[in-house]
Amino acid sequence: MTELVRLSIEEAGALLAERQISSTELTQAALERIRVAEPELQSFITVTADVALAQAKDADARRARGETGALLGVPVGIKDMICTKGIRTTAGSKILETFVAPYDATVTRKLRDAGAVCVGKLNCDEFAMGSSTENSAYQVTRNPWDRQRVPGGSSGGSAAAVAAHQCLGALGTDTGGSVRQPAACCGIVGIKPTYGRVSRYGVIAYASSLDQVGPMAKTVSGCAHLLAAIAGQDARDSTSVNRPVPDYHAGFGAALHGVRVGIPREYFVEGMQPEVEQAVRQAVRVLEGLGAQVSEVSLPHTEYAIPAYYLIATSEASSNLARYDGIKYGLRVAESDGLLAMYQRTRAAGFGTEVKRRIMLGTYALSAGYYDAYYLKAQKVRTLIRRDFEQVFAAQDVIVTPTAPTTAFRIGEKTSDPLQMYLSDIFTISVNLAGLPGLSLPCGFDRAGLPIGLQIVGRPFEEDRVFQTAYAYEQATEWHRREIGR
Amino acid sequence: MALSVEAVRRIALLARLQLTSSEETAFAEQLGHLLEHFERLAALDTDAVEPTAHVVAMEPLYRDDVVTNPPAEDDLRANAPARDENFFKVPKIIE
Repeated sequence: MTELVRLSIEEAGALLAERQISSTELTQAALERIRVAEPELQSFITVTADVALAQAKDADARRARGETGALLGVPVGIKDMICTKGIRTTAGSKILETFVAPYDATVTRKLRDAGAVCVGKLNCDEFAMGSSTENSAYQVTRNPWDRQRVPGGSSGGSAAAVAAHQCLGALGTDTGGSVRQPAACCGIVGIKPTYGRVSRYGVIAYASSLDQVGPMAKTVSGCAHLLAAIAGQDARDSTSVNRPVPDYHAGFGAALHGVRVGIPREYFVEGMQPEVEQAVRQAVRVLEGLGAQVSEVSLPHTEYAIPAYYLIATSEASSNLARYDGIKYGLRVAESDGLLAMYQRTRAAGFGTEVKRRIMLGTYALSAGYYDAYYLKAQKVRTLIRRDFEQVFAAQDVIVTPTAPTTAFRIGEKTSDPLQMYLSDIFTISVNLAGLPGLSLPCGFDRAGLPIGLQIVGRPFEEDRVFQTAYAYEQATEWHRREIGR
Repeated sequence: MALSVEAVRRIALLARLQLTSSEETAFAEQLGHLLEHFERLAALDTDAVEPTAHVVAMEPLYRDDVVTNPPAEDDLRANAPARDENFFKVPKIIE
């Protein structure tokens, strides 16, 4: 029965539609898999077995009434940055250890409406600040391919849970690469949609001009089903955009003849793991073999993306996280002398080191005398980075790059040097600054057997073309079929 | 170059964070190192460049002025660290 959990979303959907399996059976299999794997993997902060079984029963009843749907009865996990009504939502932080969300995020509601079954809340770096999930206040999630390595981050729990078959799909959030980089590290598919494609209502804010919710699954098709369910304008998020959600599967199976693929020369840098470069170059040859027209392109401001990102993201974070004041919800350090001391002690006790570091950096960048030199300067550089992409996309349909410069690194390897950790996101961060859709999918393995990720970036709101390219590549290769050694 | 510990203390006060002395020392060094790395932005001439605050052109989204959230006072109050019936309790503000 546990073999059921190895199904992809579309395989499970077909069996559910044919009534060969029930959602209850599938959900029980996922919960059993969680029970067995969780002591070692630590992907979940909260497992919601009772909620899941009730939702599965409901999904089975909906099927019996004749309802259909790609996600109806499919077990998924939700990153603990996303509010789930009546279920503890911690953002991976001690400051929200007892916070029970009083409402659903729009993406949570949409998944529920689609009949997806929520098996639990997934571990992440505290407030999504990190690239390894080691900044969670609760636990270190292990990479299912090698338990001594990180799953990437910040959506590391989401990536590990999908890769280890604890759920068939998951939601993550991506501010600088937090869906794509862990997807690459764990050998699965993840997409960060165009900024504004998915509602941020009920998503705990890190850096509001960059944050997007992104789905993760074992296959491109599964990922597309999840995005189709959560995309669309939402009256509760004024940054969500009024554009129709296309049928992402419509272009699946089409050849890539005439698709113009740009390869940015700045993304093949010194210090990159040679096997990553080889795998990506080989993947480009596969795309060429499928009919794509490949050319080298330039994104000249790439080297400025990390400084621009960390100034903008930390500035926004310092403002967003001001709300954790120990008054209305969350932790309060009670034995404090006066209001100011209560704020200071509560935040000192509730936030972890990386969150404090980023709040400090952002506060500095916004403080009197430094605003123009840091924050405003970073916003202007953001314009230059956007223009780089606009110029390339005038003559290209997609851009293909590595997702990360290395495969998954060892637990503890980068925790003492913040800058080294930040450099893990060197290939994903520009995509957030420019607000573009970017997807990562497996394109090989290194000698240690660790997955390598290929990033496909599209024009704003052209997730359909990104999916089409990714699907063509996936169908032409076998990487997504490789099983984790047991 | 490391920030001064005084600068770190000033920022920590603005950010409402009480830091330990070892955090002060570590942040002085790490923030200085990061800001040094970020100095490379100064090399770019951006005098004629408009800042980007937001990547997508947004049109205001209007809706009727009606309450759409169901009343959930109890759920909201349940998350309060200290309360007195319908009130959030805070430490004394005025002596």
